Amino acid sequence: MVISRRATLSLRAVALVYLSLLLLLPVAVVFGRTFEHGVGSAWSFMTTPAAVSALWLTILLAMIAVPLNTIFGVGAAMVLVRGKAPRAGKAILDALIDLPFVVSPVIIGLALILVYGQGGWFGDTFLANGIRIIYAVPGMVIATVFVSLPFVVREVAPVLAEVGDEQEQAAATLGASSWQTFWRVTLPSIRWGVAYGVVLTTARALGEIGAVLVVSSNVAGSTLTLPLLIFQRDEQVGGQVTTSVYAAATELAVLSIGVLLLMTMFGSRTQEAR
Amino acid sequence: MLYMSLFVLVPLAAVVAKAVSSGAGTLWDSIDNTLAMRALLTTMVASLIVAGIGAVMGTLVAWVLVRDHFPGKRFVNALIDLPFALPTIVAGLTLIALYGPNSPVGIDLAYTRGAVIVALLFVTLPFVVRSVQPVLLELDHEVEEAAASLGASTATSFRRIVLPALRPAIFSGAALAFARSIGEFGSVALIAGKVQIASIVIFADIESGSEQAAAALSVVLMFLALIVLFILRRLGARVGH
Repeated sequence: MVISRRATLSLRAVALVYLSLLLLLPVAVVFGRTFEHGVGSAWSFMTTPAAVSALWLTILLAMIAVPLNTIFGVGAAMVLVRGKAPRAGKAILDALIDLPFVVSPVIIGLALILVYGQGGWFGDTFLANGIRIIYAVPGMVIATVFVSLPFVVREVAPVLAEVGDEQEQAAATLGASSWQTFWRVTLPSIRWGVAYGVVLTTARALGEIGAVLVVSSNVAGSTLTLPLLIFQRDEQVGGQVTTSVYAAATELAVLSIGVLLLMTMFGSRTQEAR
Repeated sequence: MLYMSLFVLVPLAAVVAKAVSSGAGTLWDSIDNTLAMRALLTTMVASLIVAGIGAVMGTLVAWVLVRDHFPGKRFVNALIDLPFALPTIVAGLTLIALYGPNSPVGIDLAYTRGAVIVALLFVTLPFVVRSVQPVLLELDHEVEEAAASLGASTATSFRRIVLPALRPAIFSGAALAFARSIGEFGSVALIAGKVQIASIVIFADIESGSEQAAAALSVVLMFLALIVLFILRRLGARVGH
């Protein structure tokens, strides 16, 4: 399609202005507000006990959810692409995996309360044995696992379908056990897909708010993650956003921009591999 | 399968069970009050607007990223993924910082429907761009050149040749954006204020202990999301072949 120089330039201008108003400028303002009273003041807000504990809890949740969902994701992708299960069964599993993407995080939190909370389906059994899930860290772990579940499957399954199974069959005819085949042949060929899925899972796990908010007891220093800390502080000050809120947001933004860089790196590798 | 059931299926089943626990009549009663109804309506309208604007602007951005060349394009391309990487609560906060009270540019959208729509546009930006971009890359220039040589104007060749090829990708991107908007919480939690949208109403219901009402609204919302998911799969099947 031949487009005049003027039209090209105006399209470019519209796209760039839209992106800067929507993405770039708001993020820049948050960074600006964080450091408007100097780096020292921002740093002192980031190192309060509540902020430090929130940072660690955020990282802890991601560190539990990411490996679990990676193992599950690769396994589920293998079942979906290579498995010998009947077609209908696979189709159902395939559709179910997308559920966490389309169900509102708040509903996910509610669902967990109804099952694992007091008076819930399994909640009373756990409570009777002294295990508190809802309004405690275990519930927050389950919520994080739930919301970040589909990413690895969705990244690995297409790669797995793309690479085909000839090499795996060759390995099998050469006498490799299925375990050896998986580690030596399958996993290396899907590694960029797995890596990209892990990065997406991490991003979601670090930033989740809705589901985790519902099942957390929201006590600073024990059950607050960084996103929850931002939410709570903002509610307390009634919308008058303070430097402490901006500092927490900057901390999270820095974490996630690191994730974004990895994403761009692995994203282009998976494109090349395809 | 056990992993899925433990974490996903059983809890969702519990929501449905809770919603119908005192009969379908009660389920209807808890939805058929003005607050829940209006929240659902606001959510649907906002999500439709977001899907619409997102489809147009997303296609435009994808076009510029594929067909145009300018310094810094790689940076802009990476920027598109920012909403996926940035925690949604931070997204909401950034929008308050720029377009809220104390706005440095003097636009105060906070606690209005406009703010909700801007927040949803932010978090759903990558969907349309990332679904249109690869299709546009694959698209053959030759057909467009043939059309031009046969005397088609730019507008005609866009409408008759480019747009039909992109349509499935635009639709599936917009549907994903719509599905995400229906349930979005994090980015709108700080800026919605008095604007009642479904996820905020559900959250308020849970906080005040009325789990029954929350479950009823949840079931309706999940049903809507499932319909979108189903349409998406049909579209996806067509794109795939």
